[in-house]
Amino acid sequence: MLKLIALVLSLQTAELSPAQELEAAHLMQEIRCVVCEGQSIADSDAALAQDMRLFVRTQIALGAEPDSVRIALAQRYGDEVLMRPRLSGRTAPLYLVPLVLLLIGGALVGVASRKR
Amino acid sequence: MIAEIGRFLIALGLALSLLQIIAGWRAASTGSQAAARMAARSAYTAFAGVVIAFVLLIVLFLQSDFSVAYVASHSHVDKPLFYKIAATWGGHEGSMLLWCALLVGVGAALARFALRQDDQLKNRAVSIQGVLQLLFLGFLAFASNPFDRLLDVPIQGAGLNPILQDPALAIHPPTLYIGYVGLSAAFSLAVAGLIEGRGGRAIATALRPWALIAWTALTAGIALGAWWAYYELGWGGWWFWDPVENASFMPWLIAAALIHSAIATQKSGNFAGWTAFLAIMAFSMSTMGAFLVRSGVLTSVHAFALDPERGLWILAIMTILAGGGLTLFALRSSKLGAGEGFSLTSREAFIGVNNLLLATVAGVVLFGTLYPLVMTAFGVTGISVGAAYFNATATPFLAALLILLPLAPFLPWKKNGFNRRLATRSTFWILPGVLAGLWAFLIDASPVAIAAAAFAGWTLAGVFTDLWEHRVLQGMGARFSLTGRILAHAGVIAIALGAVADSTGSPETVRALAEGEQIEIPDFILTLDGVRRADGPNYLADEARIVVDNGRISELLPQRRFYSAADTTTREVAIQSGLSGDLYVSLGEPRARDNGEIAYEVRVSFNPMVWLLGLGAFLIVLGGLMASVGRALSAKRTEAV
Repeated sequence: MLKLIALVLSLQTAELSPAQELEAAHLMQEIRCVVCEGQSIADSDAALAQDMRLFVRTQIALGAEPDSVRIALAQRYGDEVLMRPRLSGRTAPLYLVPLVLLLIGGALVGVASRKR
Repeated sequence: MIAEIGRFLIALGLALSLLQIIAGWRAASTGSQAAARMAARSAYTAFAGVVIAFVLLIVLFLQSDFSVAYVASHSHVDKPLFYKIAATWGGHEGSMLLWCALLVGVGAALARFALRQDDQLKNRAVSIQGVLQLLFLGFLAFASNPFDRLLDVPIQGAGLNPILQDPALAIHPPTLYIGYVGLSAAFSLAVAGLIEGRGGRAIATALRPWALIAWTALTAGIALGAWWAYYELGWGGWWFWDPVENASFMPWLIAAALIHSAIATQKSGNFAGWTAFLAIMAFSMSTMGAFLVRSGVLTSVHAFALDPERGLWILAIMTILAGGGLTLFALRSSKLGAGEGFSLTSREAFIGVNNLLLATVAGVVLFGTLYPLVMTAFGVTGISVGAAYFNATATPFLAALLILLPLAPFLPWKKNGFNRRLATRSTFWILPGVLAGLWAFLIDASPVAIAAAAFAGWTLAGVFTDLWEHRVLQGMGARFSLTGRILAHAGVIAIALGAVADSTGSPETVRALAEGEQIEIPDFILTLDGVRRADGPNYLADEARIVVDNGRISELLPQRRFYSAADTTTREVAIQSGLSGDLYVSLGEPRARDNGEIAYEVRVSFNPMVWLLGLGAFLIVLGGLMASVGRALSAKRTEAV
């Protein structure tokens, strides 16, 4: 147990390369804190958010791809932790509606332009 | 006694609004001068009454009269004087009273200033505004009366949520509300125009000045809120795509679309239906903004005013507004008249695309905010929509808006306008674009940020060409309007550039520091020199002295405050602003280390060129004001002729 704590502590202070640091920071901004739902884990003060930040940093330090970290977090805490929802049947409307709105609106402008 | 007078004045406002509806309607239908006078006097008296009620509520706060429930739950004897006054609109009931005072004020202003040459339309609008007053004053009187007494009078008040004890936030709600409620004038004029069967041109002309002023105030209100979030919430951000922020952004987008489409409708009758539709939607969206904030349906960082029961009330009001307004629109829009048509490279076409993009962003924000709620209602949980989604979906539309913006002022109305002259001219705008892109590249911006900076350079060049090209305009009014347009457009670019610069910032650094320890970030070394107590009138505080070394030595004093009355801890960040950006430091919790040392969590970030955002907001507001003055001057000129 002590070893595990020591490992966690050493990882907490483990230096990431600047590129990894940036990757981790971007990722943290896209993960919702489970305690304060309006905030990302990058912003949240909650202890759980600290744990989640640590998890992200460790995974990135170990060379994990951001997507696999996202999937891992979503599996553990549910899909709602992803602030940018993955494209799926349930979230497809979120990405389709903007396009539909644009098409309908464009058609309306076109109709309005016609001479009468 | 004071509270009872306040109750009475609200009831009086309610009765006078009813009189205003009936007299205004009669005046519009029969042309009776006596009825018109009565409607106007009702509006003035109601306004005076509700304003006095508001002043009385302030007096109750100054007296710390805790027998009034609202005062007891939002004030405290120890609260500084300024915040006792600001607490008046810091909670639901008081902000609703402010809303009503402004709404009745708009009614009085319509009766006094609107449409000097068209009494019929004006009186109809005054009558419709009376309906709005009746709805909201009814809600105030029956579901959220700030003058309700408590049976058990507490010795001490609960205090206002401490994060609201802040100068920017004290003036943020009134400014925002002037914007929200100002849009009610456009609503009433559009509905009155539809009832009267007026053409789109008449309606657009009538509502333009009101929409412009309301939109300007809305801009100022949103900017103050963003500024507050930046330095008071202590998270280093200024826009979070929080549902409450979205609730104010939607009416802003709709109103921005409205002030552009109304220009086209006024000039050539095009987009007549759309302008009326936007006017109805703008105030409906404002009301929905209030609904989203005041009901408990959304989980939000602003969750300081949760009350689902009242939410139902506002929902009912909104159904009457939007449902009634849109039904009327569907029935009567044929009377608005058809436009004269336009070529696809005319000014109208570009205003059309401007509206298309603004409305699409508003639609995306609305859909993204409500979709998780609706899906949850159908039993599908686990969908979350956050900042990352909105950034990904809204940004492309806003970018397209900026890229097309500079071309529009050079295009003629109706006719095909993309000629060789404009092609040559816009070719020259590429150079500043390249320079801006190069600058972004040199400060290590991401590819997206480089592209954004390049397009901003292009747009800025176009906006200045607009100023140069149209500098010889006849009359003060036209000159003011031009300056307003230039300033507002330049402001939008400044905000875009500010957002780009902000996105290039490196993430914050969080360290636990004991005295004497350091944090190093590029260009800065910060040393925790010591922590001392710095208690204020109604809070306890730790204040860290952090010595900053970036060639020059300076110090920053972030605080961590504990408000005992509200049992809440807040962070007062310390910011060192400069031309290249803000050094942003906040102080977190102390922790004891194994060796007994106390280490404080210190968060440091460098936010590049945040001042661009403030400058942008300032320019937009100034532009809106100048354009309003310009319109008023032009209107006088036309009247004189």
